[in-house]
Amino acid sequence: MKILSKEVLASDKGARIVKVIVQSPDIAAKAKAGQFVVLMVKEEGERIPLTIVKADPSKGSIELIAQEAGLTTRLLAATKTGDSLYSITGPLGHPTDIKRYGKVILVGGGVGIAEILPVAKALKDAGNNVTAIIGSRNKELLILERELKTASDECIVITDDGSYGRKGFVTQALKELLESSKYDLVYAVGPIPMMKTVSVITKPLGVLTLVSLNAIMVDGTGMCGCCRVSVNNEVKFSCVDGPEFDASQIDWDELSKRNSIYCEKEKHICRI
Amino acid sequence: MKKEPIRPKEKDIIPRVKGFDEVVQGFSEQEALQEAARCIQCKDPKCIAGCPVGIDIKAFINQITKKDHDGAYFTICQKNNFPSICGRICPAEYQCRKACVFTNKRSPFASKEAINIHFLERFVGDNGARKGLQAKAEGNNKYSGMKVAVVGSGPAGLCCAGELAKRGIKAVIFEGLHKTGGVLRYGIPPFRLPNNILDLEIDSLKKLGVEIKTNYIIGRVKTIDELFAEGFRAIFLGLGAGVPSFIGIPGENLCNIYSANEFLTRVNLMRAHKFPEYHTPVNIGKHIIVIGGGNTAIDAARVALRLQHMNGIEQDTSISYRRTEAEMPARRLEIEHAREEGVKFDLLVKPESFVGDEKGFVRKMRSSRCKLAEQDNSGRRRPIVIPDSSFEADCDLAIIAIGSGANKILTSVTPRLAIDQYGNVTINPETMETSIKGVFAGGDITAGEGTVIEAMGMAKKASCAILNYLEKRYN
Repeated sequence: MKILSKEVLASDKGARIVKVIVQSPDIAAKAKAGQFVVLMVKEEGERIPLTIVKADPSKGSIELIAQEAGLTTRLLAATKTGDSLYSITGPLGHPTDIKRYGKVILVGGGVGIAEILPVAKALKDAGNNVTAIIGSRNKELLILERELKTASDECIVITDDGSYGRKGFVTQALKELLESSKYDLVYAVGPIPMMKTVSVITKPLGVLTLVSLNAIMVDGTGMCGCCRVSVNNEVKFSCVDGPEFDASQIDWDELSKRNSIYCEKEKHICRI
Repeated sequence: MKKEPIRPKEKDIIPRVKGFDEVVQGFSEQEALQEAARCIQCKDPKCIAGCPVGIDIKAFINQITKKDHDGAYFTICQKNNFPSICGRICPAEYQCRKACVFTNKRSPFASKEAINIHFLERFVGDNGARKGLQAKAEGNNKYSGMKVAVVGSGPAGLCCAGELAKRGIKAVIFEGLHKTGGVLRYGIPPFRLPNNILDLEIDSLKKLGVEIKTNYIIGRVKTIDELFAEGFRAIFLGLGAGVPSFIGIPGENLCNIYSANEFLTRVNLMRAHKFPEYHTPVNIGKHIIVIGGGNTAIDAARVALRLQHMNGIEQDTSISYRRTEAEMPARRLEIEHAREEGVKFDLLVKPESFVGDEKGFVRKMRSSRCKLAEQDNSGRRRPIVIPDSSFEADCDLAIIAIGSGANKILTSVTPRLAIDQYGNVTINPETMETSIKGVFAGGDITAGEGTVIEAMGMAKKASCAILNYLEKRYN
């Protein structure tokens, strides 16, 4: 659980996105695209899920990328090369169903870009034509552009403020692509409003759309039900039934409310 | 005239609801001697058959009367490695004490006069732990050098590993969470089973040579086949019943509706009651309703009540149960403790829906009143809803404690492992062997939810079958 390297990928007004490479040979040997780990930075810490961005079985390491949001991600960002995480468990969740879909679009918003990267690579390797749409608030917060360009046939870069690439939102670019041509799969990861908008765009077109949810978890193994989400009116656990679901069947409003359960507590602990 | 039973001292109610200190204090030696002296040493003791692991109760009580407490410890350890745990949490009133000759035969659980076997067991266990008494592993025997994998560090896994280690087998426990103990750690609150007691019992296993790997999910990191390929000669599955059930009523996914597993895990395992010193949060309500009637429901209610006290909220925690107190599966002592601490009981009540506010937080619970009809399959009288009896209660935090089912992480990636319609692992009840040769199972993953000692009983049986299997196959 030793941190082999830590790097700040992006930073804007104190909010950093960091990449940590953690020694974890057992997880590295088994991890597949779409899976995640649950980690604790400190013994008194919280368990949080993070997507496995890259696994290197030969080096026995996994790569994780997180944006400073709550206390745990700040603690992770404050670690140094050579530190050890208190605990890390995985690989958890179902891997992405990698097969030849045909033409696919991957949409990554913010730190969600890190989460579409392993899926983009795997889908490209499986012979798909991959278009990536990546977006961030501004140029400073854009991550992994080079990696996504390598992993895709076409990569569209967008910033909210137009400081780099196109100005606007990833969902606008998605809409244009879908209007201009037929696609077989849309895969999106990002903030809940973004994923919801993706779903609103693709649903009437009938394009299969998968999203990887970032619900609040404790154990990550199906034991607590904290990450429950309504999918097609059925209760599913994001950790063991997901983390990917068909976007058109998700009750987005419920998910968005459930993800704010601890907002007050989080504000409190981050002030201390 | 029969002597009055000796009850152990209990921590006073006012200080105890402000923290997580253990409620029941152990017997002093004097109290243990007095209670042990009440046992009439039946010629044909029924209590032993009432114990799921068959502890020689008559013998260890007799040893206590002779002040041979160390001897009593080793008598218990022949059958049970964890007297300090079982002495605290066994539902003795349904087991050994129910079989005691002093129990009224028509009573559904032990009479007050039945010997307090569990408190005596705890006295012996704590005495042994304090003195560092330790069952010894056999050296050089036919099992030396053999490795067995134990999946899960809950009651079944701990028990199986201990039994195997005693016979010289190298038992390696794989635990998915970052801490050991399974439900003993995340489920049972420290005021019933203090963490240091659990740690002592687990340390004693380690001294026996048991190795424990945490953060290790079998089915994800390693498959059954890979464990065999790594040289494990047999595998024991003590996966538990870890997946919480929900009722399936409208509004159940509103914010601040917890499964008991989540609520208890946040507090017991992650120490959310010490937020922000510990970083895991848990919300606390002004009007907390716990749904269910088992030990988990009672535990959740008592934890919730404590959180209200610790946060300066006027206590208002109630348990909502469809039947009456007599049908509650919880231990009688815990029901008593919950009631005296101030937990309210709303009996013959069936929840119908939850109502939330615009932010998605629960505000009310709608329920109907019930009455009891004839017995159902569980042998308990079935609750039926009284028409037009629905009512609303304030509820800003609800905890669902209606049971739990099998975790499918391992079974779903092991198609050769036969499971039943509930996802529980199918076993041969004689040998506890699963559909895969050399793979055994016990505890809640085979039988659905049971008690800690029942899980241990099954694990013990499995450990005997594993020894048998290893002997036949490798000697």
